[in-house]
Amino acid sequence: MRKLIWGIIVLSVLDACNNKQGKLPILGNREPVNKTVDGKSVVDTAYSTIPDFKFVNQYGDTITQKSLQGKIYVADFFFTTCPSICPVMHRNMLNVYKEFKADDNFRIISHTIDPKYDTVPVLKRYADKMGLSGNNWWLLHGDKGSTYTIAKSYLQTVQEKNPAGQYIHDGFFILIDKQKRIRGTYEGTDPKEVEKMIADIKILKAEPEQAAAK
Amino acid sequence: MKLKVTGGILLLLTAVIFSCQNDSQVEFNRYYSGGSAIYQAHCQNCHGANGEGLQQLIPPLTDSAYLKKNKNALACFLKTGLKGKISINNKIFEGEMPADSLAPIEIAKVLTYVTNSFGNKLGTINLQQVQGDLEKCR
Repeated sequence: MRKLIWGIIVLSVLDACNNKQGKLPILGNREPVNKTVDGKSVVDTAYSTIPDFKFVNQYGDTITQKSLQGKIYVADFFFTTCPSICPVMHRNMLNVYKEFKADDNFRIISHTIDPKYDTVPVLKRYADKMGLSGNNWWLLHGDKGSTYTIAKSYLQTVQEKNPAGQYIHDGFFILIDKQKRIRGTYEGTDPKEVEKMIADIKILKAEPEQAAAK
Repeated sequence: MKLKVTGGILLLLTAVIFSCQNDSQVEFNRYYSGGSAIYQAHCQNCHGANGEGLQQLIPPLTDSAYLKKNKNALACFLKTGLKGKISINNKIFEGEMPADSLAPIEIAKVLTYVTNSFGNKLGTINLQQVQGDLEKCR
């Protein structure tokens, strides 16, 4: 009897591992939708997705949802003069950048929450100093309203400057799949979490649904 | 008899030297371990756990020659911030380090930590030195 219990425990643990390695969860709000498939009415699940947007990257190019079509990407929020968590976040993000630099179907987008100071030339200078080249990591400039609105769809909170002149923002990295769904959120200041994100990106890329999507 | 006296003096000398070394070693250890905690709280976000900095944005703290040359200016860098071009490990950095409101003793501790970590070895920078350096801040 004891052996049997142990067997079940071991099996379920193994199974849990398998699930984790095979597919990432889909996060965010979801609601049922009625669909008609082969003349029959079935209930399907609609997951919340990132809405369309329009920003400008460090090269002055306009970036929309279309620019990310067929790409898995990671988003975060920062500003170039941030003295607290941003250097840590981007030190960690640099590892992600290096890992997937050769993959044109992967992107990193960093939204500045201080568009007044972080103009396109300032973002370009920051990118140069970070050693970024090519199109794998975009630093995005947009008006404050659109940036703060899109932050909400990434489940992030960003705020105006506090009295001390500092911005409050979350230090999360958000992983988005080719269907614009949130597949993971990671504490960007924690090297271990970021390592896990790199592993998760590989898992996500290997999902049949992602590999097939264009 | 002569031998005994010489031996006694030698012993005394050794004891004095040993205890002196011990005193400065104790002082160093106190500054260094205190400085480690201050570094984590005030410097590490930008300069990194190993003083590695961040690309061309934030300079590393591994340039011993620079630290040695600017040893008496380091306290003011922390107190009033640092702006303008500097050359670290033969690379130019031109960002801005904000000033931090550290007490002189904290400055001494964190400077002792930085100048004796990450491959640096400049010895203790104590409170008296820091107070003297701070008077000359521009």
